[in-house]
Amino acid sequence: MPKIMLRLVFSLAISIVLGIIPSIVMSAEEIMEPEQQEWSFDGPFGLFDRAALQRGFHVYKDICAACHTLDLVAFRNLGDSGGPGFNENEIRALAASYMIPADPDERGRTTDADGRPLMREAIPADYYPSRFVNDNAQRAANNGSLPPDLSLIVKARDGGADYLYALLTEYGHDAPADLTVPPGQYYNPYFAGGLIAMPQPLFANQVVYADGTPATIEQMASDVTYFLTWTAEPKMEERKRLGFAVILFLIAFSMLCYASYRRLWHSEH
Amino acid sequence: MTVAQSQTADSSRRDFLYVATSAVGAVGATLAAWPLVAQMNPAANVLALSSVEVDISTVQPGQLINVMWRGQPTFIRRLTPDEITEADAVPIDDLLDDSARNGNLADNAVATGANRLAAAGNGAVEWLIVVGVCTHLGCIPAFDQGDYGGWLCACHGSQYDNVGRVRIGPAPDNLTVPPFTFISDTRVRIG
Amino acid sequence: MSGPSTYVPNSGFTRWMDTRLPVLRLMHDTVITFPTPRNLNIWYTFGAILTFCLGVQLVTGITLAMHYTPHTEMAFNSVEHIMRDVNYGWLLRYVHTNGGSMFFLAVYIHMFRGLYYGSYKEPREMIWILGVMLYILMMATAFLGYTLPWGQMSFWAATVITSLFGAIPFIGEGVVNWLWGGFAVDVPTLQRFFSLHYLLPFVIAGVVILHIWALHVPGNNNPLGIDVKGPQDTLPFHPYYTVKDLFYLSLFIILFAAFVFYAPNYLGHTINYIEANPLVTPPHIVPEWYFLPFYAILRAIPDKLMGVVALFGSLFTLFFVPWLDRSKVRSARFRPIYKRLFWIFVADCLVLGYIGSQPVDGMIAGGTISLLWVGRLATAYYFIHFWVLMPFTHKWETPKPIPDSIAKPVLNGTS
Repeated sequence: MPKIMLRLVFSLAISIVLGIIPSIVMSAEEIMEPEQQEWSFDGPFGLFDRAALQRGFHVYKDICAACHTLDLVAFRNLGDSGGPGFNENEIRALAASYMIPADPDERGRTTDADGRPLMREAIPADYYPSRFVNDNAQRAANNGSLPPDLSLIVKARDGGADYLYALLTEYGHDAPADLTVPPGQYYNPYFAGGLIAMPQPLFANQVVYADGTPATIEQMASDVTYFLTWTAEPKMEERKRLGFAVILFLIAFSMLCYASYRRLWHSEH
Repeated sequence: MTVAQSQTADSSRRDFLYVATSAVGAVGATLAAWPLVAQMNPAANVLALSSVEVDISTVQPGQLINVMWRGQPTFIRRLTPDEITEADAVPIDDLLDDSARNGNLADNAVATGANRLAAAGNGAVEWLIVVGVCTHLGCIPAFDQGDYGGWLCACHGSQYDNVGRVRIGPAPDNLTVPPFTFISDTRVRIG
Repeated sequence: MSGPSTYVPNSGFTRWMDTRLPVLRLMHDTVITFPTPRNLNIWYTFGAILTFCLGVQLVTGITLAMHYTPHTEMAFNSVEHIMRDVNYGWLLRYVHTNGGSMFFLAVYIHMFRGLYYGSYKEPREMIWILGVMLYILMMATAFLGYTLPWGQMSFWAATVITSLFGAIPFIGEGVVNWLWGGFAVDVPTLQRFFSLHYLLPFVIAGVVILHIWALHVPGNNNPLGIDVKGPQDTLPFHPYYTVKDLFYLSLFIILFAAFVFYAPNYLGHTINYIEANPLVTPPHIVPEWYFLPFYAILRAIPDKLMGVVALFGSLFTLFFVPWLDRSKVRSARFRPIYKRLFWIFVADCLVLGYIGSQPVDGMIAGGTISLLWVGRLATAYYFIHFWVLMPFTHKWETPKPIPDSIAKPVLNGTS
């Protein structure tokens, strides 16, 4: 009797504990749960789809970067293993296509003869530049709202990649009758409260993919979600690979420990 | 088998098992310790700045510019033909340090003028790039001072010639020439 | 249990050391020959596991501190620098955060073991008291550490918990401003939290030494709760328990590794990946899972000061356990009523944890049951368990017959 009770309470305990953690994130308001998508990085052995990462970068650069920033990503990261895998020349050329504020010259000047800030070409070590010189400028360009930095967005939102994909693809719904949509806001059933300051960002064929993939809204949403999942977790592939080796080693070691334990205690039991 | 008998029969197998477990454990502990040591190595952002590209298009013969490389001042100088001749004329035996100290050459290269200088796009061997840190105790020497047409270190009086070779101590070594490449006629990548 | 030392140094060096600084003797007596009851089960391995956890947190914490910047403008980015640029930084960070959770998982099992087997009873009261001190130090360390990444939850949890001290009459506001070093959680707060977070684990290590020292006076308790009668009841700690502990530790590390490598953010909060913003309060401020029961107790009381009193009361209650439980029988194995009350208490803690994770106005069962009232009931039961049930259980129950010795049931194949 006691053993059964023990096991019952234990399983109950484990299920409650495992149930608590995700349920912490549920808010009192009704938000639609994003549909589960299939991502190449799902599961303990899932890795990034490199082509999707490259297309996703293309979408970010041409569409999202108009309003958002990607402060934690440096150009050199685009060539890191486990990422989009651009090569050194592509990265150097990409970086050089951006002008960023230069250091003061030898006379201490930060502007040129016409009063414009001194600029220099970016190098791979530089971080992805913002279009805006500060937060206020970014707000002013975006109706008073500050578009969040996207480097960590997939980890900073409940639902992660599924949420982002749903948000980007589900702008087509009409607002429910009891919800007024003020000017400057838009209805999205997956956004907390339903009203989001970002207008629909993706339209069909907005970009032309280098690899010829048709740029449907779903395709672009998927690709940019892959890319932003990578920006949030650039070490994901290394982590899973190392995890496999570590856990294999630990299983072997614990088997040796168990055998030692049994042999040692054999005469004492 | 009695307990005593089974114990001796088992003991050699038992010993091996314990030795194996301990050995695997020790290996695991060492592998686990590796990240703790490796994390102190330069991080990726530091390594990314381990090379710097410099525009040398405006540097005239006889001119010196100063850039930061790996946190240290680095002198880039374009020598005049007279200075090059002067540097080549110094007998190796007169030098305090006869090693070229040039990261682009083998360790045993000798400190001839040619081994201290490099050629850019136009083929003239006239470019001197040295780390501007005195090889004595790390002060920054000043240019165009001292008796050798090069640098004088105010801290303890070391003097370097016009290709950065030490001529008066207490500095022991010539100024270090870092690894560098001219990636175009107007740009050099140091590091 | 701490009889005369049997250590005999057998080399020149060990003899030399022994007459100057007998650490080797201490190690020998403490960890090698120490007579340990032969019937300890899996629930007794968590002491060693906790020592391992402390070591892991110390080592990963010190290496993380080499790269972290405790200033509000740089803290969040310095953590991302660790995750992205520092060699194996992502590994150190995930081990440290999940290590904190594993540390608490182990300490809860360890504490519940103590409650079940009566390990707090005479003559082991000091071990228990030092243990409660360790638990409180752990909670303080974890709270301070959680602020450091300077995410939304870091900032707001720090604001909520430090603001609690404002409930103290008369001096409350002064105390809070003293804690903050200002008028809100800001740069001075973060810097001092970093300093204290670095300090406390070493205090924990010191108290752990006292805890083990106190343990070694009477020796370990055991699942039967009866005293050791002689050498036939014990085994030397090494190799029997070093090997057994190593085995269970390796299983624990597998669970640890599963979190670190495959679900590193599962136990955390997504909003902590948003940099702290003093102008935007998150919709739900929740602590980490290991604090949830206490959070529920805090929120169950409508009055701010009384809520704080209940929170600290629930912790300080633990100090009195050796005197609240009057039963002469140690192990719950032989205490039919106490055993059931123990499991009900475990369930109560889990219910409190669940309540702590939900919004205060949450409802379940289609809006018919208010979680607030469930939480209040569960809080009341927590205190009733210790202050009403525990003191009187020994009067209501008839203990089962207790074995004469540890050795007999073990050698008979039943333990």
